[in-house]
Amino acid sequence: MADKINNKEVLFNPLSKNNPVVVQVLGICSVLAVTAKLEPAIVMGVSVVAVLAFANVIISLLRNTIPTNIRIIVQLVVVAGLVVIVDQVLKAFAYDASKQLSVFIGLIITNCILMGRLEAFAMANKPWPSFLDGVGNGIGYALILIIVGFFRELLGSGTLLGYQIIPQSFYDAGYVNNGLMILPPMALILVACIIWVQRSFNKDLQEDN
Amino acid sequence: MENFNIFIRSIFVDNMIFAYFLGMCSFIAVSKNVKTAFGLGVAVTFMLVVTLPVNYLLQTYVLSAGALTWLGPEYADVDLSFLSLIMFIAVIASMTQLVEMTVEKYSPALYSSLGIFLPLIAVNCAILGGSLFMQQRDFPSVWTAVCAGGGWGLGWLLAITAIAAIRERLATYSNIPRPLRGVGITFILTALMGIAFMSFLGIKI
Repeated sequence: MADKINNKEVLFNPLSKNNPVVVQVLGICSVLAVTAKLEPAIVMGVSVVAVLAFANVIISLLRNTIPTNIRIIVQLVVVAGLVVIVDQVLKAFAYDASKQLSVFIGLIITNCILMGRLEAFAMANKPWPSFLDGVGNGIGYALILIIVGFFRELLGSGTLLGYQIIPQSFYDAGYVNNGLMILPPMALILVACIIWVQRSFNKDLQEDN
Repeated sequence: MENFNIFIRSIFVDNMIFAYFLGMCSFIAVSKNVKTAFGLGVAVTFMLVVTLPVNYLLQTYVLSAGALTWLGPEYADVDLSFLSLIMFIAVIASMTQLVEMTVEKYSPALYSSLGIFLPLIAVNCAILGGSLFMQQRDFPSVWTAVCAGGGWGLGWLLAITAIAAIRERLATYSNIPRPLRGVGITFILTALMGIAFMSFLGIKI
């Protein structure tokens, strides 16, 4: 029974209390780059969930055989192998999205969430909890991506997933898209707002300076 | 002259942090004080200068389509570019380990001051990002790769040192809303600096 509760925590903690992006501050680069539109944000989120879950399982299976000296190389090679698979799959089935994401699929390899979770969790735990940890952290990451992508596309282009949301009559009445939202710095400010909101609710996460 | 232009461009116009937002994780995590931030910046610059030419040579003579022709005409249509991600990251990871061992042996003082940051460089997106941009842009020669690597590294160094200096001041002189302290305000600062750096975008060198 105790084991079950543990697994549940492993899966759900990363969604808010221990979110990889806003609390652990990992994997920021891609949050900024791919969230100008909602669709690439979703594709990126799903790719990271897949890579993270399977990398966690593989490393967790290998954890007793990897020599500590070269563990970083081993981890990177496992992750790189998975990312190459994701890259090829995207090129085959979602070519437009993969063009938009360009180098950022490759950069999943150096997404610190992966190394962080592999080092902190998969190296010390059994495959099944590692899998849940991977899925949980991946979803926590995807969640932030989707929130940021949602606001940036809605305010920046007036669309969601390419469909017009803001009605034409608004534009006729003088409403203008906020062009600044398309630029990467606004993603930083949105993430900062998410952090702000989340930390006002979780007082124990606040820092001193 | 061409290479010098690329060097300058890489520092200001194509700045890794403010234009591409790469290497943000360590940028946010290690910018609490100027000294360590500077140390990390130097290490990143060094890694970029070393790995970019190595990866360039790999790309030109092994990985890209038809690159193996020097082995003989029968290799002309071998295309290994799908392996480039794995090769690049392997080069970067082994270089990091190599640099770590060298520094540890010959300069223990520097080693202890850099400490944990050395191994972390392997997963700094700015370094892999540099190699991937190099691949995308088809640099004409290995010297271009060296210059671009140096420029990107210096740009990163500049960015992290600047933000660390600002954060040091903020910690003593300002009264930030509690939930926003630490990470939150750093994000906003980076965003504002990024907007400032956009003014370089229109410059053609």
